[in-house]
Amino acid sequence: MSENVKHIEVHRDDEAAKLGMWLFIFTELLLFGGLFLVYSVFRAKYPANFHEGSLELSVTIGAINTIALLFSSMTIAMALTAMQKNNKKLAMQLIAITLLMATVFLFNKYIEWSAKFEHGLYPGSPLMPHLDRGHLLYFSLYFFMTGLHALHIIVGMVLLSVCFFRVRNGGIHSKKYVQLENGALYWHLVDLIWIFLFPLLYLIT
Amino acid sequence: MANNTTHTTEYKVLARVLLVLMFFTFLTISVTTYHLAAFSVTVALLIASVKGFFVLTYFMHLKYESTLLRILVAMIFVLYAVIILITFIDYAFR
Repeated sequence: MSENVKHIEVHRDDEAAKLGMWLFIFTELLLFGGLFLVYSVFRAKYPANFHEGSLELSVTIGAINTIALLFSSMTIAMALTAMQKNNKKLAMQLIAITLLMATVFLFNKYIEWSAKFEHGLYPGSPLMPHLDRGHLLYFSLYFFMTGLHALHIIVGMVLLSVCFFRVRNGGIHSKKYVQLENGALYWHLVDLIWIFLFPLLYLIT
Repeated sequence: MANNTTHTTEYKVLARVLLVLMFFTFLTISVTTYHLAAFSVTVALLIASVKGFFVLTYFMHLKYESTLLRILVAMIFVLYAVIILITFIDYAFR
């Protein structure tokens, strides 16, 4: 009877899957690159306003978020290593830690944005049009760039949650882990963007 | 099986990369306390680029990827540098 077992060859190309992910990452880099470009031009035009604007952000919260993202980037890279070594339990724990760090990041962002909202600073607020032009540009860019980045964090959390459940039910295993690899690549991209956002928005004086 | 050629990065390598990234984070924060004026942007971007390099090389496994992919990634950054250059030339001579 065993001769009846058929081998169904499912087409699979991990290299191409990864290349596709990288092409998507390129578009993301250029998306944020465009925003960095706008930031640079207006910063060159209104250096004093941008300096004052950055002083209103908390370096401590920014630093905590930087560390949270760097740490989560390491844990998701480790999750991939664990999966390659067929350590399913550890991989799931590491993805869970990554998701926890992402939550910490979003919570801090919530605290930060709430403080700004309380001071009447939010896109479309009555106060915004009365600010200096440079100030207005700084806070508009601040909300747009960190907002778009936070959106990427949320998307990343969804992708990694899917990976978590796929690892749990065996859809991702030690011989087939390209989905986790691509999810991790996306997460590193989010980290990479924050590496540039943090000094530009919080630190530069 | 061409599907399993991916290099496995050891945990301790990843942990070391995190330490390097943490070091540069503290460096970039402490540097702002010195008033480097015009250089502060340059220094901050330089440090961020070093951090980005480590993330791309080790966390994103570019060190172990095909030459094609590495060239593609390099070209994106070259493209972006050209965009910045052209924008600022336009902006400066307007």
